[in-house]
Amino acid sequence: MVAPTETLPTVDHGRPFDPAAIRSQFPIFDRLLPNGKPLIYLDSAATAQKPHAVIEKERECYERYYANAYRGDYQFGVQIDEELEATRAKVRDFIGASQSEEIIFTSGTTMSINLVADAWGRKFLKPGDEILLTQMEHHANIVPWQQVAHATGAVLKYISLTSDWQLDLNRLGDVLTDRTKMVAVSGMSNVLGTAPPVREIAAAAHKRGALVLVDGAQSVPHLVTNVGEQEIDFLAFSAHKLYGPSGVGVLWGRRHLLEAMDPFLGGGHMISEVFWDHSNWAAIPAKFEAGTLPIAQAIALGTAVDFVTSLGMPAIGAHDLDLTVYAHQRLSTVPGLRIFGPEPTQKGPIVSFAIEGLHPQDLANLVDRKGVAVRHGHHCTMPLHSLFGVPATTRASFGVYTTRDDIDVLVEAIEFARQKVRRA
Amino acid sequence: MSSSRPKTIPELIETFDALGDWEAQCDYLIDLGYEVPDFPEAARTEANKVHGCQSNVWLTTKTQPGNPPKIEIVAESDSMIVQGLIAVLLIAYSDKSAQEILQTDIQQIFARLGLNRQLSSARRNGLAGMVQRIRSIAEQSAAGNS
Repeated sequence: MVAPTETLPTVDHGRPFDPAAIRSQFPIFDRLLPNGKPLIYLDSAATAQKPHAVIEKERECYERYYANAYRGDYQFGVQIDEELEATRAKVRDFIGASQSEEIIFTSGTTMSINLVADAWGRKFLKPGDEILLTQMEHHANIVPWQQVAHATGAVLKYISLTSDWQLDLNRLGDVLTDRTKMVAVSGMSNVLGTAPPVREIAAAAHKRGALVLVDGAQSVPHLVTNVGEQEIDFLAFSAHKLYGPSGVGVLWGRRHLLEAMDPFLGGGHMISEVFWDHSNWAAIPAKFEAGTLPIAQAIALGTAVDFVTSLGMPAIGAHDLDLTVYAHQRLSTVPGLRIFGPEPTQKGPIVSFAIEGLHPQDLANLVDRKGVAVRHGHHCTMPLHSLFGVPATTRASFGVYTTRDDIDVLVEAIEFARQKVRRA
Repeated sequence: MSSSRPKTIPELIETFDALGDWEAQCDYLIDLGYEVPDFPEAARTEANKVHGCQSNVWLTTKTQPGNPPKIEIVAESDSMIVQGLIAVLLIAYSDKSAQEILQTDIQQIFARLGLNRQLSSARRNGLAGMVQRIRSIAEQSAAGNS
């Protein structure tokens, strides 16, 4: 069951996938924490640390050719546009899309989903139409749909979870009907790690005439994404979880869908003509890129895509599995610890757990003393936590720089916390 | 530990300063939490639950007769560190009238203890919820007496 490190796939140019060597590309690990401990960063599902190349790209933009985008015919203006278009092309290839114009820069996954819910939903949803979500969605893929349902009279439905934390696709027919107009599903749960079969869900949705939006915030950094092969209609993801800058994300959508939608934000750059009483919209992607973009951040997103592409998504996936199998093995030795999520082979590198008698707040605070950064709380999934029967969990999540040693330190730190809190 | 348990905020500040670093202070906070009196099961109601907390916090008050009447706070959390913060609140607010509670600058006390800096915003929000609840009870009580 355990994939030994030495048999892991190798990256394209023959170097073995070596998390310690990869870690050396991340300057954040060069310094000790204020308490003198090395950083054990196990919160990559919240946000990933940045490799040197991404930081340098952002710096390069500001130092060498910074200007506003798609506005200036001067030399820097042209260079900025070329850099942005280069990122758009890299993202297009990375997610298996065919057209750069279908790549829209947003502020992140949340804005991308809000854009679709608003610009598509308010135009096309009618009273009684159904939006199908899943019980494991992040608030970002629930609340925008609640808002558009309220505005249009559409109804929300949920795909339920099985006892082993998978989507209950045997009962998909109960909730996916001819009234379903949109299926919005996470590519990987930010709490359970569950990675549902997107292609299978999409095929079923399309048979009913529904569109499919994938919240790729967690899946895009860890799984191979191919919007064509997976038959996705909209894909939302953030740069910051993909080792890229904060403040920028992507919405990809099929051209005919994007063209049929109304704009989300009005302002500069998104118009072709403005009159006193009305305006005409620019072509995509400009129609959805009102105002000044996060320019340097979007450019450095291209470098982040280069970074993960050079490691190879299959190699990242194998590394993730190795860590997750190891984490499950080690954590299962902790008395009273219960993992919320499927087996490692069925999920991404996310391990959420609860320990009897040890509150997640106390645990997070006590392991922090050992330099361990984990997330605690409801992780923006309050409805999901209502199914757990615990108000909060602790989550350890892994990135390309995570090592088995990090997990060993986590387990030692948990033991330390258990000793401090006598109830555990 | 109970024999040396501080009765006043100046005593608590003195103990915190003597402990020096956050780790020792945090351990001490956890120990203080163990000494908080048990919360009565009958009072564990939705109305007594303080929202804005990631941990479960129950909080209620009893009014002790007197002139002016004193407000006694009864609270509990399932997080031991929050339970320690409750112990600090009990020291700050114990044996005080509604008016005295309203005049207590709890933010300043927590800042002086270094707890604002050390504890995450989520926990501070939980703390803020408890303080808000205590203050609104004190406000109602003060209004009732005037």
